[in-house]
Amino acid sequence: MTTTTIDDAPFIEPSATAPRNYLNDEYGVLSWLLTRDHKRIAVLYAISVTVFFMVGGIIAFMMRLELLTPEGDLFTSDTYNKLFTLHGIVMIFFFLIPAIPAVLGNFILPIMLGAKDLAFPKINLLSWYIYMIGGSFGIYVIITGGVDTGWTFYTPFSTQYSNTHVFAVTLGAFITGFSSILTGLNFLVTIHRMRAPGLTWFRLPLFVWSMYATSVVIMLATPVLAITLVLLMVERTLHVGIFDPALGGDPVLYQHMFWFYSHPAVYIMILPGMAVISECVAAFTRKKIFGYKFVAFSSLAIAFLGFLVWAHHLFVAGISIYSAMVFSFLSMIVAVPSAIKVFNWTATMYRASVSWQTPMLYVLGFIGLFTIGGVTGLFLAALGIDVHVHDSYFVVAHFHYIMVGGTIMAYLAGIHYWWPKITGRMYPEWWARLSALLVFVGFNLTFFPQFLVGYVGMPRRYHAYAPEFQVLNVLSTAGATILAAGYLLPMIYLFWSLKFGRKAGTNPWGAVGLEWATSSPPPKENFHETPVVTWEAYDYPAFLKAMRETQHG
Amino acid sequence: MMLSDFPLFPEAASSVAKYVDGLYLALILLTGTVSLLIWAAIFYLAIKYRRRPDNELAQEQEPPAALEMTWIVVPTIIFLAIFVAGAWVYFRIQRVPTNALEVYATGRQWMWKFQHTTGQREINTLHVPVNRPVKITMASEDVIHSLWFPAFRVKNDVLPNRYRTLWFQATKTGRFHIFCAEYCGTLHSGMIGWVEVMEPTEYQKWLAGGSEGSLATQGEQLFQKLACATCHTNDATGRGPVLAGIVGKQVPLADGHSVIADDNYLRESILNPTAKVAAGFQPIMPAFQGQVSEEDLIRLIAFVKTMQPATNVAPPQQPRNP
Ligand code: HEC
Ligand code: HEM
Ligand SMILES: [Cu+2]
Ligand SMILES: [Cu+2]
Repeated sequence: MTTTTIDDAPFIEPSATAPRNYLNDEYGVLSWLLTRDHKRIAVLYAISVTVFFMVGGIIAFMMRLELLTPEGDLFTSDTYNKLFTLHGIVMIFFFLIPAIPAVLGNFILPIMLGAKDLAFPKINLLSWYIYMIGGSFGIYVIITGGVDTGWTFYTPFSTQYSNTHVFAVTLGAFITGFSSILTGLNFLVTIHRMRAPGLTWFRLPLFVWSMYATSVVIMLATPVLAITLVLLMVERTLHVGIFDPALGGDPVLYQHMFWFYSHPAVYIMILPGMAVISECVAAFTRKKIFGYKFVAFSSLAIAFLGFLVWAHHLFVAGISIYSAMVFSFLSMIVAVPSAIKVFNWTATMYRASVSWQTPMLYVLGFIGLFTIGGVTGLFLAALGIDVHVHDSYFVVAHFHYIMVGGTIMAYLAGIHYWWPKITGRMYPEWWARLSALLVFVGFNLTFFPQFLVGYVGMPRRYHAYAPEFQVLNVLSTAGATILAAGYLLPMIYLFWSLKFGRKAGTNPWGAVGLEWATSSPPPKENFHETPVVTWEAYDYPAFLKAMRETQHG
Repeated sequence: MMLSDFPLFPEAASSVAKYVDGLYLALILLTGTVSLLIWAAIFYLAIKYRRRPDNELAQEQEPPAALEMTWIVVPTIIFLAIFVAGAWVYFRIQRVPTNALEVYATGRQWMWKFQHTTGQREINTLHVPVNRPVKITMASEDVIHSLWFPAFRVKNDVLPNRYRTLWFQATKTGRFHIFCAEYCGTLHSGMIGWVEVMEPTEYQKWLAGGSEGSLATQGEQLFQKLACATCHTNDATGRGPVLAGIVGKQVPLADGHSVIADDNYLRESILNPTAKVAAGFQPIMPAFQGQVSEEDLIRLIAFVKTMQPATNVAPPQQPRNP
């Protein structure tokens, strides 16, 4: 190591914000709605997913209020059933799946590659419109009376028995799927074709590897969901017997098809989180990720193995003892690459320069919570335990630890990390740290009791419950209140920072990566001249040297 | 204090509960320790190597690479051990003892109906004797439900198109929850009940209480009423096969395959006879799908199971082997 310290590294001197950037390059509503700039599309997505997150969050809070008491006294059973259905659909299809890829991925991925835009800018805009059309079906259904099938749409309830808006909402989910597919396609082509000179595969930031794996899963799995939902709609409207036994169909077939998509879909939700975490770990430890190749390939391994475990959702649904054994075994194997990542991130901190800024706080939270989510996945994959806890609150706690404790923590880490790049302004550090703490505490208080109440015997999707479950439910609702505060704070201070935040400069974190080599916010074309990459991923000394050379001629 | 008194832990009242709980607690211990170690490592490293003026850049020094192999191989072995343990417990949950008491369950929106071979019928309550394996054969009249006995640590989905089974052996007398675990519509959370585990003598007393004759007798009446007997005579002269004694036997089919005549086969043969046609017969039997309720079906099957071959005729000259 030379004597270079970050303080005299030229690239982090807040250079004057470039006069022209993607935000002030053009004005007017149409310049946004017809934009083909991946950065503006990312902003459009950011606004839309935030709206859906708030809708899903408000619904969740209503459910937690109902569950304060064992009696079903706040809403009717039908209303409660609609609440958890809409919560699941909104959060999964309209928030979690698009959140990281379509917001952070859209904004950062092309810049990380040194590209001017994604490979197909018009398709990128199209995907946002498709998403909005799908989303408006969701909103339409919420306004006109809801749907009560659960986000899983199990047959024959969804096809023959429910008399709510099943058709409209599945159509919405079907349409939204195409927006994911287009985004995945765009990422894949961009990663293959548009890397800057010198940016070889093993120089790619791990974010790119993980997004690559996500895109592959999206491209392969989403069409299966589309087919499944079409069959469901056909059966519901035309009464063709596919899943309904009364018409000669097989209801368990639906579950196989649904989970053949939806298990990979859980990795569509977590892989992007892992992508963000890898970047933040490197940036806030100022160090190469330990075992770069292992982390990169574990993303691909997850993408592949994720397709082989769907029937672990069907252990008591009517599969044979031997297929249960096979899927239990494979589910244990799929946990290995996730464990590898956790260990590598942790090991990266060895002899590092660890900063305790907000994104890193979220990273620490992520590693802790994802670990719990992952190990409880092992409980569920162990057949003897799953027979008891399947469809109980234990499962609810498991997937919230991963999706909320993991993915949403990662999303918040990423939003804070790239906020200066996206907006050119810093967020207020102390408020942000406070909110990270609230999120962590509130989250654990909300969801940890659910593991316990699930094992004790509380089934999921229960409007009213046995009195002995009340204490744990009250704790959970109390936690949800803190969590809500933790989520509201960033919405306020981030908005505030747009006008009042400190100017960020090119590289406020002293991080490595092409996005930190261009001004904040970046110019419309991302770079004034195509960058040439001469450094390995996260190689601080080499990056510093390269930056100094380009800046001093 | 026993674990089962701890309010954060469910009562353990079946023969498999101790295995499920044992595995659960072992996993908590194992994964809890590992998680604590990971958190300890995170916080230790994050504090020890926190950014300081003399520490603005990391000291590029990697931990030894052998670590990587260690944390690939060791977790894999541990995970596979968990798989083996889970499968071991699962086998105990799945293997039905042969001497089990038979009970039938029907799920419908939103209640549980139970039928005993002695003919008793109950709704949302199930009486069983303690220390005796009980096997429940179940089907749904409408959507998918799931019968869960948390105190026994067993559950199984209840499907509308076939019988599924579940068994337990209660080890304690008392009242324990019955829940529907699979979301099934409006009153899903009201599809609950109680299982009453009784001393064998109490149970015998309860059984002696009124019923409309045993399940098989009820089935026999239906067999007459639905005119099954016109084709299924007890000698080989009817237009349909002799049903006496077929249960559990191999039945050759018209397409050359053969099946074991278990509950699901009988169910299908009655509801939808053309699905599998017995060899040597014409597919003339009317389909009873929609004609007989799940409960009547259980009665009919119970009767078929008890049918005795007629003693005064020669060993039936089955026409099914042409
Ligand atoms: C019109 C005559 C007819 C009537 C009425 C009838 N069956 Fe059948 N049943 C048959 C024939 C013929 C077969 C063999 C062909 C087949 O499998 O469909 C058969 C097969 C069966 C089988 C399968 C037996 C085996 O050896 O594979 C069962 C069980 C059965 N019937 C029960 C019933 C019951 C219970 C009823 C009344 C609810 C009933 N049947 C009414 C004609 C009849
Ligand atoms: C680390 C490896 C993991 C294993 C071994 C695992 C195992 C399981 C198992 C066996 C179930 C079924 C439980 C049941 O319904 O009885 C399950 C449910 C679930 N898991 Fe995981 N899981 C893992 C990681 C993840 C990840 C990464 C996510 C999401 C990002 C996730 C999200 C979910 C969801 C959403 C459900 C339940 C869905 C529902 O029924 O509504 N899991 N998991
Ligand atoms: Cu899964
Ligand atoms: Cu139910």
